[in-house]
Amino acid sequence: MVELVDLHKSFGEQKVLTGVNLKISRGSLTFIMGRSGTGKSVLLKHIIGLLKPDRGKIIIDGQDVTEYSEAQWQRLRRRFGFLFQEGALFDSMTVAENVAFPLIEHTSLSWREIEKRVQEKLSVVGLLEDRDKYPAELSGGMRKRAALARALALDPEIILFDEPTTGLDPILQVSIMRLIRDTQRQFGLTGIVVTHDVSIAMKAADFIAVLHEGQIVAFGPPEEIRGSPHPFVKQFLQSAFEGCLPEEGSHV
Amino acid sequence: MGNFLVYLGSFGLSFVSQAGGMFLLLVTTLSLTFKPPYRVRHLFKQMEFVGVNSLIVVVLTALFSGMVIAFQSYRALSKFGGESLLGGLVALSMVRELGPVLTSLMVTARAGSAMAAELGTMRVTEQIDALQVMAVHPVHYLVVPRFWAAVLMVPLLTVIADAVGIAGGYLVGVMLLKVDAGIFVERMRDMVEWIDISSGIYKAFVFGGLLALIGCYKGYNASGGAEGVGRATTEAVVIASVAILVGDYILTSLLF
Repeated sequence: MVELVDLHKSFGEQKVLTGVNLKISRGSLTFIMGRSGTGKSVLLKHIIGLLKPDRGKIIIDGQDVTEYSEAQWQRLRRRFGFLFQEGALFDSMTVAENVAFPLIEHTSLSWREIEKRVQEKLSVVGLLEDRDKYPAELSGGMRKRAALARALALDPEIILFDEPTTGLDPILQVSIMRLIRDTQRQFGLTGIVVTHDVSIAMKAADFIAVLHEGQIVAFGPPEEIRGSPHPFVKQFLQSAFEGCLPEEGSHV
Repeated sequence: MGNFLVYLGSFGLSFVSQAGGMFLLLVTTLSLTFKPPYRVRHLFKQMEFVGVNSLIVVVLTALFSGMVIAFQSYRALSKFGGESLLGGLVALSMVRELGPVLTSLMVTARAGSAMAAELGTMRVTEQIDALQVMAVHPVHYLVVPRFWAAVLMVPLLTVIADAVGIAGGYLVGVMLLKVDAGIFVERMRDMVEWIDISSGIYKAFVFGGLLALIGCYKGYNASGGAEGVGRATTEAVVIASVAILVGDYILTSLLF
């Protein structure tokens, strides 16, 4: 469904991706994990055409989309949903208007139908009562839920999540993750989640890919990742569960 | 010396790259203008923002400028007994120069800066990326209505500024300095030709486009959080103001 082949990307001198290979199958929920600043978001932005790779290929449904023009990307993106780290809600619009926005732009639905669809999506994320609030009046968790409703508005086939749980308290983290998992299952979506939250990834993922030094160093179902022999993966998992890196552990 | 050359070189590079970026933005804006969906509501909203909401500040600026020119010119003209030329002089200064230039500068300060700040905030909070991933062309959605609103409204404001400026000159010249009202108006009609008025309006079209383009370009390409947005806004106002004055010279030398 989504395939990345030998993807390279540098920003000036800084090499961010140095040959990423990754295959994401239809209908699965795949987590891309790695330390902060390793280029997880950069990777995600390549999949939706916000960034162009220096080298390598992006293949979606067997089509090489690497050299797509902006107009071709625009058509392709209608099949995508994208949840930004901070939500990226339009702050001049209410929650309901935000959710209605992609529907107004891309469908010829009547106002009544749009309204119905907005209601439906807002009830999925539990924000029906806050529909007339502006993003500035919402808490972080509510903003993410509103953004999720907007990302789901066009019933996308593929939905990308950029750090959906970062900056939330543990209870909200679990509830957002459950929401993502449930909607992904319910609508049969292909989901790609970027996160550095190991415990949530272990619970929710069908597959986990670990990004380290610009490459995917481990890929597989959570159990397989847990048993990975790769030194970085071991260290990453261990520090996540123990709360500190092993070499620092001896000093603490 | 070495440092100076480095500075000069980097200034030159950034100038060329920014000018190129603005030109590309202009080309994209023009090519997307006639592409549906037509965002008429957005256009009217921006026209209200750029035009209607700038009215008071433009009227005040033009009024006092007209009054000052009348005072200053009267002093100079009276030295050789040319007070009768006052009406023509005020009117010519307003319609050819001060009307379009002052209006554009005021609109830059009010609306150009707001465009940079608004788009800049949208850029750093990923709202522009959000438009893009929702398959909405950000330039089509954000820049096209702002650009055309400024191109259409700055000339209209200029016409108002011309009229108000002349009225200000009349107020000072006739009411205060006791120039004969008939002579004031008659001289004005003798000296001002249609081409004087139209050249000022042509200028206003160009300045409107310039200030919107620069404001949008700076905001659209802002980076670096709140500080970046602040920088983009300041740069937009400074660059647009300088561009208007330089453009004014170039247009004046071309049009006459």
